[in-house]
Amino acid sequence: MWLRESPGPFWGPLLALVLTLGGLPRVRGFEEEPSSASQGFQVVTFKWHHVQDPYIIALWILVASLAKIVFHLSHKVTSVVPESALLIVLGLVLGGIVWAADHIASFTLTPTVFFFYLLPPIVLDAGYFMPNRLFFGNLGTILLYAVIGTVWNAATTGLSLYGVFLSGLMGELQIGLLDFLLFGSLIAAVDPVAVLAVFEEVHVNEVLFIIVFGESLLNDAVTVVLYNVFESFVTLGGDKVTGVDCVKGIVSFFVVSLGGTLVGVVFAFLLSLVTRFTKHVRIIEPGFVFVISYLSYLTSEMLSLSAILAITFCGICCQKYVKANISEQSATTVRYTMKMLASGAETIIFMFLGISAVDPLIWTWNTAFVLLTLVFISVYRAIGIVLQTWILNRYRMVQLEPIDQVVMSYGGLRGAVAYALVVLLDENKVKEKNLFVSTTIIVVFFTVIFQGLTIKPLVQWLKVKRSEQREPKLNEKLHGRAFDHILSAIEDISGQIGHNYLRDKWSNFDRKFLSKVLMRRSAQKSRDRILNVFHELNLKDAISYVAEGERRGSLAFIRSPSTDNMVNVDFSTPRPSTVEASVSYLLRENVSAVRLDMQSLEQRRRSIRDTEDMVTHHTLQQYLYKPRQEYKHLYSRHKLTPNESEKQDKEIFHRTMRKRLESFKSAKLGINQNKKAAKLYKRERAQKRLELSDPEEAPDYEAEETSGGIEFLASVTKDTASDSQAGIDNPVFSPDEDLDPSILARVPPWLSPGETVVPSQRARVQIPHSPGNFRRLTPLRLSNKSVDSFLLADGTEERPHAALPESTHM
Amino acid sequence: MRVFFPFLSLLSVSSEQIEQLHRRFKQLSGDQPTIRKENFNNVPDLELNPIRSKIIRAFFDNRNLRKGPSGLADEIDFEDFLTIMSYFRPIDTTLGEEQVELSRKEKLRFLFHMYDSDSDGRITLEEYRNVVEELLSGNPHIEKESARSIADGAMMEAASVCVGQMEPDQVYEGITFEDFLKIWQGIDIETKMHVRFLNMETIALCH
Repeated sequence: MWLRESPGPFWGPLLALVLTLGGLPRVRGFEEEPSSASQGFQVVTFKWHHVQDPYIIALWILVASLAKIVFHLSHKVTSVVPESALLIVLGLVLGGIVWAADHIASFTLTPTVFFFYLLPPIVLDAGYFMPNRLFFGNLGTILLYAVIGTVWNAATTGLSLYGVFLSGLMGELQIGLLDFLLFGSLIAAVDPVAVLAVFEEVHVNEVLFIIVFGESLLNDAVTVVLYNVFESFVTLGGDKVTGVDCVKGIVSFFVVSLGGTLVGVVFAFLLSLVTRFTKHVRIIEPGFVFVISYLSYLTSEMLSLSAILAITFCGICCQKYVKANISEQSATTVRYTMKMLASGAETIIFMFLGISAVDPLIWTWNTAFVLLTLVFISVYRAIGIVLQTWILNRYRMVQLEPIDQVVMSYGGLRGAVAYALVVLLDENKVKEKNLFVSTTIIVVFFTVIFQGLTIKPLVQWLKVKRSEQREPKLNEKLHGRAFDHILSAIEDISGQIGHNYLRDKWSNFDRKFLSKVLMRRSAQKSRDRILNVFHELNLKDAISYVAEGERRGSLAFIRSPSTDNMVNVDFSTPRPSTVEASVSYLLRENVSAVRLDMQSLEQRRRSIRDTEDMVTHHTLQQYLYKPRQEYKHLYSRHKLTPNESEKQDKEIFHRTMRKRLESFKSAKLGINQNKKAAKLYKRERAQKRLELSDPEEAPDYEAEETSGGIEFLASVTKDTASDSQAGIDNPVFSPDEDLDPSILARVPPWLSPGETVVPSQRARVQIPHSPGNFRRLTPLRLSNKSVDSFLLADGTEERPHAALPESTHM
Repeated sequence: MRVFFPFLSLLSVSSEQIEQLHRRFKQLSGDQPTIRKENFNNVPDLELNPIRSKIIRAFFDNRNLRKGPSGLADEIDFEDFLTIMSYFRPIDTTLGEEQVELSRKEKLRFLFHMYDSDSDGRITLEEYRNVVEELLSGNPHIEKESARSIADGAMMEAASVCVGQMEPDQVYEGITFEDFLKIWQGIDIETKMHVRFLNMETIALCH
């Protein structure tokens, strides 16, 4: 496509836009004069100043977002260059344009905007989606790097720069030791925004990521304290600093960090409590999450505690309870909104970093200072990491290899936090503020662009262990749980307090007290990791099954009499989520217009497959969707319609079960009916599957499939080649699947379910193979209220078949 | 007697650790030379553990004690106690690939023995169900049926990993140890099956 090769044309309109923006403030002045002298009433007026501020903000957001689109048009570029670097470059270009148009730097990244509006969403996003177990498992390591590491970096950088200054290399500057230390403290901190932006594209293994990322989050306390302490020292003047002040500084570190954390935890508690009661105001549920978290940030800022720590821990602590309490739709909303805000904020930050750099007024260049800063921060970070890792490896279970250490040192990126902090300096107190600002900008650009660019090849070259993108497997979750318990037990037995013991104690405490208070009662019951994974896996299988069917066109995968070969569905490749989206739409949308009514089908009457379509439609009608009329009146801002599909699913399920029972009870010829009915219950499926030696069992087996999963899905073969004669057996869609195809053609299945059941030759021979994707569709019941069909199934189960020794173990 | 031992491996004085474990052994056994199953009731926190019965059983399992192919011992002495504990020592990565692989297998074998309660060398569906039910028994709201379904689903997954496509006539008896290894291939169990305070030299000294 021409777009990919030449993103040029897009720049035109953007440029024009910005130029007009730049030019507008001047134009504005002209507009006003004539209007005051104009005659009477003006039909249309151009009121630019009326909308100026919000307009410009909105326009910048738009520009940033459009830029993102443009970048991603070229996949080759984005896979090599991190997006943050591209955005900075774009910012530089735009800044240049604005400067050329106006000769003043009208747009810069102001600390207020940054700290109040741009940073909180990113940090909240990080906290809310933090993998808690991993985080707390490595907390010791993270804390060590964050606290000791940052202090080490700040001290060594500041002192070394001071030493170099003393030696005269830097020339004449009005700086004192404290200024250097101040500069060191703000340049030392690893930046969470930059780390996230770059590491997101690199995919190192999760332990490494969590260490670097956790460090970047938790070092905020240290940065805040050091910055404030040194700033106040600078204000006081170098000679008036006393030992008491130093001690106060150290104390303030503890106060700031622990206080910030406490504020975060308190607000998390509040948030979880509030979401417990939002059952009737589902629509505004997501709002609570954002507002309360933001309040935690602001409160902490107000109390001069660490705001980043507050909002991080608010997100970390409230995760579990909020996700349990709010509805699924709200959870999705929260997830997507958070991601959008965070991503948007990140984009704007980097772009404005670029724009703000184009301000010749602030540029002061001092070769020695700049170069040495760059050298010092890299070298000292590396040294610090090596030392700390050497200490840590004595206590860690999983050792940190030298390669990990290289990545950690190299991944210590500085970003917008440093820039914002340096801009906040008071130039009256810090005379060389401009020098600091320029240096900070250069450092930030260097780390983000150069290190960001090269970290990916470095990671590949060093063969760093990458994160394994794997499907969550049920077995892993189960065994993982078993391991946890085993290790706890061993720790208990041997009388040691270890990680597992602590974790166990915490989860007991949580289950007994916290969850009772903070989680909705209904959520308490169904909350279990293994269940969730199971549920999700089932859903995934179900969705991809139907999606695949759709892809084949109008559910032609139903075994149809005339087209045997057509019905093979290839499930070997999981479908991408685009298809999923459509199925999710079908499955979950309340106000959808799922039109499977006769009109649309009738139009295809002329086609060869109209019989099949009819069959399809009627089968669907009975077993899947109720064709719905379009609900025109259902748009309401304040109410979401209750989830109709749940009820519908249940009904479909009941109906299916009933049908199957009837069909089996009435029809089996020559085969032990008891056995069949007994096997109806899905849980025999696995056993049957595994021990299937007798081809005659096949019909039972398939029949069992109906009872489970997402109510209308069954195990499906993956291997199309071998199934070519048998096709996909989906008992739900063709419930009387033991039918001979010829019979099916004669007797529409929805009319006489029970009469014509003859195990077909095909049904006998063909046994669904173990499907890669659909192996987990088993029913999941959480309540005591079993549905009728289950009861029936249970009832008839009492008669085990001798040939299957382990079949009906109740 | 709860002692906090985070940095013991730093000191790495092996005899100390054995001392420690010996003291614990004596405490559990009530100063007797051997421990019986009932002695484990003295460990209060074990009550809350959903799979405690299996774990305790593992201590007396002859296969773990390397005393036989099946069956349970009635009582174990200190050496047996250490044998079981040795399954949880960290894998010493400096020993070379083969040794590492061997250690890994040993640990997985321990787990396998825990699941395979009838010692027939296979984890059948029943045994698997049993395990899952126990694992989930901690949560009072989950039905037995759900546990069963999960076990079935997990078994299916295991079957598909181990055997792949199955022929129509094929019968899948259960998970053998080789299959079990296959499931765990590529997954790092180092952190999962390792208790921090146990150092290799400690145990090695004992044998």
